[in-house]
Amino acid sequence: MTDASARNTGSSWRTLARAGRFLGMPLLLAASLAATIAVHPDFGSFEIQSLALGALPLALAAAAQAIVVISGGIDLSIGSMIAVSNVLSASLMQHATFSQSLALSIVVLIAGAGQGLLNGLVVAFSRIPDVVATLTTGFIWGGVALLILERPGGGAPAAYLNIGAGADFWPWLPNALVMMIVAIAAIWLPIRLSRIGLLIYAAGSDPVAAFRSGVDVMRARTIAYVFSGIACAVGGMALTMTTGIGAPLAGAYYTLSSVAAVVIGGVSLAGGRGGMVGPVIAALLLTLAPMVLVFLGIDPNYGQVIQGTLIVMVVMIAGFFAFLQERK
Amino acid sequence: MNDAPPLLHIRGVAKTFGAVRALRSADLEVRAGEAHALMGANGAGKSTLVKIITGVFPADAGEMALAGRTVAFRSPAEARRAGIVSVYQDPAIVPDLTVAQNMRLARVSTDKVKAAMRDLGVERIDLRTVARDVDFALLRLIDLARALASDPRILMLDEITAALPADLSERVFKVVRDFRSRGASVIFISHRMAEIAMLCDRATVLRDGITVGVTPTRGAEETIVNLMLGSDVAKATTAQGARPARPETAHEVPALEVKDLSYGHALHGVSFRVNRGEVLGVAALEGQGQEELFDCIAGVRRADAGEVRAEGRVLKLRHPADAIRAGLVLVPANRLVSLLPQRSVQENVALAAFGRLRSWGPIAMGEERRRVDMAVRKLQIDTRAAAEVRRLSGGNMQKVVIARWIAAGFKTLLCFDPTRGIDIGTKQQIYALMREIAGQGLSVLLFTSELPEIRLACDRAIVLFGGRISGEMPAAEADEARLLRAAHGLTRAEAAAALA
Repeated sequence: MTDASARNTGSSWRTLARAGRFLGMPLLLAASLAATIAVHPDFGSFEIQSLALGALPLALAAAAQAIVVISGGIDLSIGSMIAVSNVLSASLMQHATFSQSLALSIVVLIAGAGQGLLNGLVVAFSRIPDVVATLTTGFIWGGVALLILERPGGGAPAAYLNIGAGADFWPWLPNALVMMIVAIAAIWLPIRLSRIGLLIYAAGSDPVAAFRSGVDVMRARTIAYVFSGIACAVGGMALTMTTGIGAPLAGAYYTLSSVAAVVIGGVSLAGGRGGMVGPVIAALLLTLAPMVLVFLGIDPNYGQVIQGTLIVMVVMIAGFFAFLQERK
Repeated sequence: MNDAPPLLHIRGVAKTFGAVRALRSADLEVRAGEAHALMGANGAGKSTLVKIITGVFPADAGEMALAGRTVAFRSPAEARRAGIVSVYQDPAIVPDLTVAQNMRLARVSTDKVKAAMRDLGVERIDLRTVARDVDFALLRLIDLARALASDPRILMLDEITAALPADLSERVFKVVRDFRSRGASVIFISHRMAEIAMLCDRATVLRDGITVGVTPTRGAEETIVNLMLGSDVAKATTAQGARPARPETAHEVPALEVKDLSYGHALHGVSFRVNRGEVLGVAALEGQGQEELFDCIAGVRRADAGEVRAEGRVLKLRHPADAIRAGLVLVPANRLVSLLPQRSVQENVALAAFGRLRSWGPIAMGEERRRVDMAVRKLQIDTRAAAEVRRLSGGNMQKVVIARWIAAGFKTLLCFDPTRGIDIGTKQQIYALMREIAGQGLSVLLFTSELPEIRLACDRAIVLFGGRISGEMPAAEADEARLLRAAHGLTRAEAAAALA
């Protein structure tokens, strides 16, 4: 109240930081696409389609991770849950018709919600730290995936596999991108627009203050895990669509990549801060980067080093903006 | 008067945490429309009682009745539904949500909050502001407005005025008085005697987890202080002869000098000096800035203003290493923070000395062992469980922390509540150690939550109240009554104002 001038300088920093938070990710995506076209002029609507399709499972994994991280936890069983949904859908739908496979999708969604619920209950009741609890449940889900389908196989009707392929609306708007936006909006908006979202953000931001305000923190976090499980189920089915089969070990990539997407996407690992747009764009970027490296003809082994370096740099820049925002 | 049952009636409530008996038998009776003060020195059990009333944790024994009906709340949400709402010292406002979202979190109507905020004079706050960006003092008022808006039957205020400027405190009092006049009750926890006399009808005094008295507040400061002290104090203070004051030479350079130190809301222009060979005691009730004071001197936090001098030299304290290099070493309240619990006593003691013995290359094992053994012997550390520090008793852990600095060498030891939760024998050894350190010409700054220790271990004492020094006296005069009065900010003038 007394230090008006100091406050003004502080708030201009904060405005800059906020602008960086809202516009940073879309600008980064636009810049990356521009750079891609610069190095690879043939990059067109077909490449956009394969980018969206390739990013679909990771985008859902990132969404799943973002919900849990916002609630103050972290989910290291995401890869295994995606694997379970992947093999479950591929083995159930192998000989099904298209309409049957749509009905079976609901079974997979319920199974995913169940896994998430179990994760949440273990975290809430055992009071084991999230990292440990979900690492161990991840082992269990990984075993379950192997029980359902011992080796890669299974399948789904062609019509089902082709839901995400092509671009029915406009060549530059791939079906996979529409599906990504619709699926994530269907999971996220009911949270964000209802009291549940408030509880999840509160539980992640300051559990003690939330508890004292009358929030059941453990229930809020359990709900976050349930939604995470549902998003993983969609991610697993998307993986079936992109690969055409179920593979019990295919999920491993998604656990840590989802954490990377969440961090790049501006969700604070401390909980309570961030949204859904950032992690989803980050998933697109994480899928685009290896494509560009292939266009450039870089050895895939170097590619991984470069990709890791890029992640560190993006996170450092995000950390710099967060630092600006902390300054008062 | 006593026809109707009291609104809140608590009898014989007890609570034990591990080995600590926080509450033995607490009674509290709050009438409808009454403002009731809950008082007690550090560790008397006030905050434990508040948390039991609001359902943060359950009581081990005892009964609680609300308007004649027995109740036990399992969560703050349940207590809230029954009409008991608390405003805590640190606001229960979620930092990443906007002010409006915080209101929705507690399910209170925004219109009522706006009305309460108008009464408190903070209606200018934009409800869409993220709580993180709001001033701390205003957050407490927002928290209070939210509590008022939920129309509680009992409102608990825990040190509500602690970080507030005087004009805002006035508004809070006015609002609380209006609130009472509508028939609701207030439980008021404060260390400020003057406020209690102004606002409250009666006071319940806790000591060592037991309700020792209920008294009307007007003109009863002496009674309340005596109740907090207990009857055994008279014996204790006369039995322990204090040390003669150490002769002070005006021109000597002090080992540690602090000038106009300020830190956020916690410290406001604190100045004092510690001479060579002196133990300076710091007495304060909880949350009066003592933690911030020690952290600032030890380089754990950066002060906003003021300077710290060691042997006349101004220090740039950006990191604990800066303080350690200048010979200022901290023994923190939480022993486990500074120890490696799974490692041996030897390694723990040697840790701080590594840098001294050799900066690079292998550790000089022989030298290390010699110094460590000396420190361990000197402090009589019980080495039966020496392989893992976490298996030592609290007292022995504390000794390991001190032994570390003795092995490493220091000029001024900053001891923060070293005897908390330690048995009496070890306490005596620690007092003796303080005296021995002073005898060698080194200095000690000692904060203790147990006031009688000031006379046993110190040469001189300062008292902190609200982030300022409210008293300074030689140890000989630092009896408990005098320290406690200063620790409540009761200077003569204020006591007179409270009586008027």
